[in-house]
Amino acid sequence: MSAPVRTAPPPSSPAPPVPGPARARRLVRWAAPAAGVVAVVALYAVFHGTAVLPHDDDAVLFHWLNDARDWVDANRNSSPIFLYVVNYIRLGVAELYTLVQGGLVALGWPGLIGLAAGLGWLAGGWRIALVAAAGLAGVGVLGFWEASVDTLALTLSAVALSLLIGIPLGIWAGRSARVRRIVTPVLDVMQIMPTFSYLSPILLVFLIGPASATIATMIYAMPPAIRITALAVQRVPGVTVEASESLGATGRQTLLKVRLPLALNTIMLGVNQTIAAALSMVPLVALIAAPGLGVDLIRALARVNVGAALVPGVAIVLIAIVLDRVTRSAARRREGGSRARAVRWGGLAVLTALGITLTQALAPEFPERWQVQVVRPINDVVDWIEAHWYVFTGFLNDTVAYGLLNPLQDVLTSAPWWLVTAAVLGFAWRVSGPAAGLVAAACLAGVAALHLWEHGMETLTIVLVASLITIAVGLALGVAAGRSRWFAAGLRPVLDAAQTMPSFSYLLPAVALFGNGRFTAIVASLIYAVPVVARLVEDGLRAVPATVIEAARSAGSTDRQVLWKVQLPMARNSLLLAANQGIVMTLAMVVIGALVGAGALGYDVVAGIAQQEDYGKGFAAGVALVLLGVMLDRITQGAHGRRSPHKKRNE
Amino acid sequence: MKKLRLIAGVLALGLAVTACGGAKVEDDSNAAPSAAGSAAASAAGTVKIAVNPWVGYEADAAVLAYLMEHELGNKVEKVTLAEEPSWQGMESGDVDVVIENWGHEDLKKKYIEEKKVAVEAGSTGNKGVIGWYVPEWMAQKYPDITDYKNLNKYADLFKTSESGGKGQLLDGDPSYVTNDEALVKNLKLDYKVVYAGSEAALIKAAKQATDQKKPLLMYFYEPQWLFNQVKLVKINLPAWEEGCDSDPKKVACDYPPYDLDKIVSKKFADTGGKAYDLVKNFQWTNDDQNAVADDMTNNGMSAEDAAKKWVEANTAKWQAWIAK
Repeated sequence: MSAPVRTAPPPSSPAPPVPGPARARRLVRWAAPAAGVVAVVALYAVFHGTAVLPHDDDAVLFHWLNDARDWVDANRNSSPIFLYVVNYIRLGVAELYTLVQGGLVALGWPGLIGLAAGLGWLAGGWRIALVAAAGLAGVGVLGFWEASVDTLALTLSAVALSLLIGIPLGIWAGRSARVRRIVTPVLDVMQIMPTFSYLSPILLVFLIGPASATIATMIYAMPPAIRITALAVQRVPGVTVEASESLGATGRQTLLKVRLPLALNTIMLGVNQTIAAALSMVPLVALIAAPGLGVDLIRALARVNVGAALVPGVAIVLIAIVLDRVTRSAARRREGGSRARAVRWGGLAVLTALGITLTQALAPEFPERWQVQVVRPINDVVDWIEAHWYVFTGFLNDTVAYGLLNPLQDVLTSAPWWLVTAAVLGFAWRVSGPAAGLVAAACLAGVAALHLWEHGMETLTIVLVASLITIAVGLALGVAAGRSRWFAAGLRPVLDAAQTMPSFSYLLPAVALFGNGRFTAIVASLIYAVPVVARLVEDGLRAVPATVIEAARSAGSTDRQVLWKVQLPMARNSLLLAANQGIVMTLAMVVIGALVGAGALGYDVVAGIAQQEDYGKGFAAGVALVLLGVMLDRITQGAHGRRSPHKKRNE
Repeated sequence: MKKLRLIAGVLALGLAVTACGGAKVEDDSNAAPSAAGSAAASAAGTVKIAVNPWVGYEADAAVLAYLMEHELGNKVEKVTLAEEPSWQGMESGDVDVVIENWGHEDLKKKYIEEKKVAVEAGSTGNKGVIGWYVPEWMAQKYPDITDYKNLNKYADLFKTSESGGKGQLLDGDPSYVTNDEALVKNLKLDYKVVYAGSEAALIKAAKQATDQKKPLLMYFYEPQWLFNQVKLVKINLPAWEEGCDSDPKKVACDYPPYDLDKIVSKKFADTGGKAYDLVKNFQWTNDDQNAVADDMTNNGMSAEDAAKKWVEANTAKWQAWIAK
């Protein structure tokens, strides 16, 4: 698989005359990989068509997994594990969701807006209060008040549970290096996992419904809470802790009175990230019968109705903005004495009371005459584009499918599995070191062991093509933004918007333009991943010290030379990180593309949820996706090493 | 140590509170915001209707929901779900009613006979057909295409970028009832099943194939309003006989004729009262369903408005469904 990437011409070095020994050394440096590429190509030429692993729906493993599912189904109400543990968890979480949802509904829409404004006031003054009130009112104006309350309830329940488990775990990990060593790789994998992989196991253990949805969301949202808490606790200055201990404080006192208060602001950032992760699960959990905005998104998708999908998408963005701004400003340390504090709490009380009073006076449902209808105009635009751009979009689709996707897929599925694995091993070894190479190769072998090789290669094909385009576009945008402040200023709001929309919303415009198929998934992943790549590239370029660039210029370099010889090489780590993030995000989106006909592993997962006899295959496909994710992540991990929580992809 | 004891205490307390019998999955419908009329049969509780992803089903659900809300005073929760998870929902307490069931003999065995969490509630009156269709112009241009034996001859016509060098058989939502992959394999057809992902995608493909004279072979079904707008011709597969499709891997015959029926959760059958009677008595024709579905899809009406229109025009029909 690595051949097409590896054969890209090495940065040509026309300029300085290289002295003999150095040239020889450079030659040697490139000889090994070149020989590797030649060997892979030669082996492919000889062995292609042998040791391929064609897809078999009847694999023993799938039947075995189906049997396991049947066992669980039959013993759900008799096995002690279910009677005394699992079912209680399900019950408790359902109770929590019901409680939160009931509470939010009881507040009424004016009460909820008032409370949100009050919390905004408490956290950050009148500006944030205004944002909170306007954001929630906007959701009502869009006509999605009830669904939004359900979504909010689900998000808040899941976040509460994530924090309940995540913060203590984080504190523990922050204080013990051993725990940290165990937790970190687990969190790494959790963050690479495409969200789809969570569904099959959750479905098996907890059935469908809001409880399972809350649990799935909780698991997905927990890693940032753990990571950032651990980081925050670690960062508390040792001197302060020592001072406290020397004054005779017990470990518990030091934790509660010194470590936690000092770490609190950072932990609030963790809360912020946890909320963002939880919101990104909203559309997906609608597949397992969670109420809320996700239902509207999925239904719009089934109807290929762009307008109807965009509006709930915007509603999710509004909720995300409100929660983000409130928690972010809560993370900032507030100055002022007891008087300022009184004003803050007083504002909360007044605004909430005002809202609740209005609830008594006004209708319980958000007034219909305040709602605006935007679905139809959006669809008119889409219809027009569909009717007039048909030739162009069809051409693009076919070019990518016949020119890139099909040939690559043919190569990957006709190559012997051991050759692909060996190529991945070699490539990952070279780029990211021996450990990464071995892990990547092991993951790929795992996909073969799961009897999903062919589908795995199909998914890999789409991911590779999509990543290539994503990184190219992201690089171009990032370089342009890194060089021109004006361009950057114009680009930023566009990227911001693209990053907060739930990924599902992107499928729809892509479907409308390109019909159903793999290219649609590629377009959607492009919109989804390019912003992050562009931003990382831009940040990397900006981080190059101005003095270095000046020096290069004074030495007579042209703009182009400065970019290629100085800025890009110096921003290497950022570029690697951008590639890594771009590829991992692309995988997540390509999998969701199964809902619009992109097939392969993602389709297996969807079918596994929907069809009994496909359950085993779907479950295995979920695991295979995790393996592919880890593999791609290891290959591109490169030199930048361990990722920090702030780099986590967010939607 | 102190912590351990605390945890043990909390656990013990939790067990005691829930009467130490362990929890079964259906227990949670009591905890859910709205148990389906768990009190007396006369109390009009909340009814949870599963909404499967095709518009004909939505039409049934819309009319039923309208009548429950406006005539019986129930609250209705529509749970958007695929077919098979809806059955699971009857076990978990998240679904009371499946209003248009297509066969699913295996699920009937599992959930009705073995687990006893669901019961049948009679026919909807709708006759279901599943099959493979081509646009009418193709049947005119290639008259023998309607026999499956000739499909291989025309496979080249149906090639697309997604079909891997074979002919494309376009299927719908992955959750639909389909034997197509087994059929293609067992009838030795040179085709690949490609999933469009939804009913709407199938409809769009059918419209484009008719307007632009593009070849198309697709999975489709009746009742469907599209047949009033676009002429499609059904492909003849080997005739269906009782039992020829009992092994899903070995199917080599057409789909059976479906008598679409209603399934409800056991709990709803026992406590649903008038709402349950309404579900049991609900029966209408394919034309009725298509009229409502057409309004919902093509006339820009919400599900509720379309249902209202039908209800107002067909008073005699629905009044017979409501128990006196």
